[in-house]
Amino acid sequence: MQWETVIGLEIHAQLATKTKIFSAASTAYGAEPNTQACAVDLGLPGVLPVLNQEAVRMAVKFGMAIEAEVADYSVFARKNYFYPDLPKGYQISQMDHPIVGIGHMDIEVDDQTKRVGVTRAHLEEDAGKSLHEDFHGLTGVDLNRAGTPLLEIVSEPDMRSAKEAVAYMRKIHELVQYLDICDGNMQEGSFRCDANVSIRPVGQEEYGTRTELKNINSFKFVEKAINIEVERQIEIIEAGGRITQETRLYDADKNETRSMRSKEEANDYRYFPDPDLLPVYISDELRAQVKADLPELPHLKRQRFIEQYKLDSETATQLSSSRQLADYFEALIKESGCGAKICSNWITVELSGALNKQNLDISQSPVSHDRLAGLLKRISDNTISGKIAKQVFELMWNSEDSADAIIDAQGLKQITDSGAIEAIIDKIIADNPGQVEQYLSGKDKVFGFFVGQTMKASQGKANPGEVNKILKEKLKR
Amino acid sequence: MHTKTITQLVKGLRAGDYSSQELTQSYLARIKQHQALNSFITVTDEQAMAAAKQADARLASGNAPLLTGIPIAHKDIFCTQGVRTSCGSKMLDNFIAPYNATVVDKFNAAGTVTLGKLNMDEFAMGSSNETSFYGAVHNPWANNTVPGGSSGGSAAAVAARLIPAATGTDTGGSIRQPAALCGITGLKPTYGRVSRYGMIAYASSLDQGGPMTQTAEDAALMLQVMAGFDTKDSTSVEREVPDYSAGLNNSLKGLKIGLPKEFFDEGLNSDMAAAIETAVNEYKKLGAEVVEVSMPNLKLAIPAYYVIAPAECSANLSRMDGVRFGHRCTEPADLNDLYIRSRGEGFGTEVKRRILVGTYALSEGYYDAYYIKAQKIRRLISDDFNKALEQVDVIMGPVSPTPAFGLGEKTSDPIEMYLADIYTIAINLAGLPAMSIPAGFINEKPVGLQIIGNYFAEAKLLNVAHQYQQVTDWHQQTPQGFE
Repeated sequence: MQWETVIGLEIHAQLATKTKIFSAASTAYGAEPNTQACAVDLGLPGVLPVLNQEAVRMAVKFGMAIEAEVADYSVFARKNYFYPDLPKGYQISQMDHPIVGIGHMDIEVDDQTKRVGVTRAHLEEDAGKSLHEDFHGLTGVDLNRAGTPLLEIVSEPDMRSAKEAVAYMRKIHELVQYLDICDGNMQEGSFRCDANVSIRPVGQEEYGTRTELKNINSFKFVEKAINIEVERQIEIIEAGGRITQETRLYDADKNETRSMRSKEEANDYRYFPDPDLLPVYISDELRAQVKADLPELPHLKRQRFIEQYKLDSETATQLSSSRQLADYFEALIKESGCGAKICSNWITVELSGALNKQNLDISQSPVSHDRLAGLLKRISDNTISGKIAKQVFELMWNSEDSADAIIDAQGLKQITDSGAIEAIIDKIIADNPGQVEQYLSGKDKVFGFFVGQTMKASQGKANPGEVNKILKEKLKR
Repeated sequence: MHTKTITQLVKGLRAGDYSSQELTQSYLARIKQHQALNSFITVTDEQAMAAAKQADARLASGNAPLLTGIPIAHKDIFCTQGVRTSCGSKMLDNFIAPYNATVVDKFNAAGTVTLGKLNMDEFAMGSSNETSFYGAVHNPWANNTVPGGSSGGSAAAVAARLIPAATGTDTGGSIRQPAALCGITGLKPTYGRVSRYGMIAYASSLDQGGPMTQTAEDAALMLQVMAGFDTKDSTSVEREVPDYSAGLNNSLKGLKIGLPKEFFDEGLNSDMAAAIETAVNEYKKLGAEVVEVSMPNLKLAIPAYYVIAPAECSANLSRMDGVRFGHRCTEPADLNDLYIRSRGEGFGTEVKRRILVGTYALSEGYYDAYYIKAQKIRRLISDDFNKALEQVDVIMGPVSPTPAFGLGEKTSDPIEMYLADIYTIAINLAGLPAMSIPAGFINEKPVGLQIIGNYFAEAKLLNVAHQYQQVTDWHQQTPQGFE
């Protein structure tokens, strides 16, 4: 039997507001436990939530970016369940009236563009953290994260492979960072997802029974978790069994999924509108404001890069993958006065290589775009060769000096004086009569030997064009 | 001096007839003397004397706010920084809030002196003050009867003249009904007029704080302090606060009073009907016109309320889980045991009943039939009132079907108890302001007249109440033994 995989994702993006969604406490990550939880976050008696308008603005921004309907009117609801890291005994979320309605996201897989539907996106507060280690059989509760704003982005079950799911997740990840509404940090849990996975015989329209894989916090794990879950489901069905609708946890260490709770054990969350909060009305003013603030979106930027800079599709995709990288690229072109080709080459090869080696982000690059521009200028005015430039770049990486300062200090200036080059070449011809003989007898390959010797003798500083010209002249048969 | 109103005490303080410290001392002595009433849960002697001393200094400096030095007390539902806020429950017997309710902050800024925290039904759930963990409060007019609830401690203390005024809260009648049963003046403002921040929530969409005083004139002074928009409460309304005392003496000539025929049907005790009629006749003498209005959906108010309020409370009380504050059972075996025993031990029967009812009403498969239906009824009831208030200035009727009933008389029958709020609950569902003012006696037990107004028409209500109090002296009566 041929099986088709059906996947839908629920992505939780932590919104990059300074303060929490319903209180004035800070959202900064990594503070001492319970130092960033005020009376509202602690759920003390009598305190009331007040909505952070910045979170609303960010949700609207996301809605507009995926061309979704942004609701005129949305409602916060209480999702009721007991857990020690849920201080109020309910989570404030949205149920019947989410702030963002139906939208979409286009993904590219195997050179095919596919449209994935977004069902909805809604605002909610995060819970705290239960700490099970270090307490000798007891559980510690850290409420610093409680009340952090989340945007839960729910997709349609439109993805048909783990690869598509990852592509979709990456696109959303890229978008929320483009929009400056989420820092995208997956290690810190700022961006995480649950995957709904089912299988069905190819050609069947009805969906199979799905399982929900919880809290997967890396692209790699999403792919692995889905693949392993699909395998498990196929095995069960082909052995004549049935899939139970349940929540499963992915264990990255063992690369397996295991049951957390079945549907029968599932909570009845008893959602109802939160009477402490008024419905949220999105004004035309806010819409206009957000629209005006909307940055150029990744897919449009990519298109523009191809048209304006004549980049190939792959390079355009790479350079538009983050707003900072794209900005770096365009700033480099502007400041260096060099063409898009050399700029994109330097970024995608030298710079990206160096960044990757040290696991750095473009925003953490030790070589800023203006310093790199200084280097590219010296290539284009023939002060140094491309090869020497790589050497200079390495030195720039480890210092704060400008390209010019390094070139001067290291004496790397290219030799363009033909008299000086001639002198070197004359000596090499005189020292290597055998090779001259070979060349003259028609062994063209030996020409490279002379170029190499000349470059070596000049410590790489001789202008390669000049060297070629003079050598050809001198070795004329 | 304990029979004096706030208005009189303000004059006395400024004339130097007595200091705030003397006043405070004398009220504290009365509270002690009448401990048997059980109207206070906590008396804050020391803090009160310190505040009174400060008030005297402020008064001497000559630029003190109007209510500086006036002793008051808060219903134990308002959080007070550093002083226990129990909400009448074992659950919060050890709870000391690290913040003040906005209402408390406002009174502190206004210079009043807080003498303590007043007894109440547990989490404001009750109509007789008998559900309090701290025991029942006695009605000063008849020791073996209830003071009403849930603000029973507030009403009894003001009626017994242990304090000149108190704060209360009203979710389904919890200011008006005890005010009626204890013969004092109580005002439930429009929903959103007074901040709910720091007021422990029972049913968030219905709860509203308000003043409980001897007179309407005093209620105006108290409301002046309490009312106003609060950035910490999203449901408080950003709307200017009028001068509530300015229009007290406006003439009632031409005032249109609506009497809902559904208020006066066979369910109403005939003595009560007669007492209300007498009060309404007094208004006619003042120049008011009376018309009959109809509220066809009124009979649905109690069932709708007993879905909405428990539903909200079932979630509001979830934070009392024994994890971060409040009662925690000893030696919990595991997490479930911690929840079950902490909540099982911490909550009383009535609170548990309402949590269960609310949980049920919100459950999958029942939500539409109960919660959604109740919200629809709520809208119909609001429409009834809005329609009536297009024709009349105020609506009048009884507050309670009977005067104070006996302690223990209704505790075994919750439905019977719920019916005690039949005339008050609809007003909370509609969010309208309403008052209860003393309007006579039945068998030496006070009777309250209810006056209901349009949204934010508190000034009108106070004017209507004050004019009645100019021609009657029911509000000046003091129960025997408390003169």
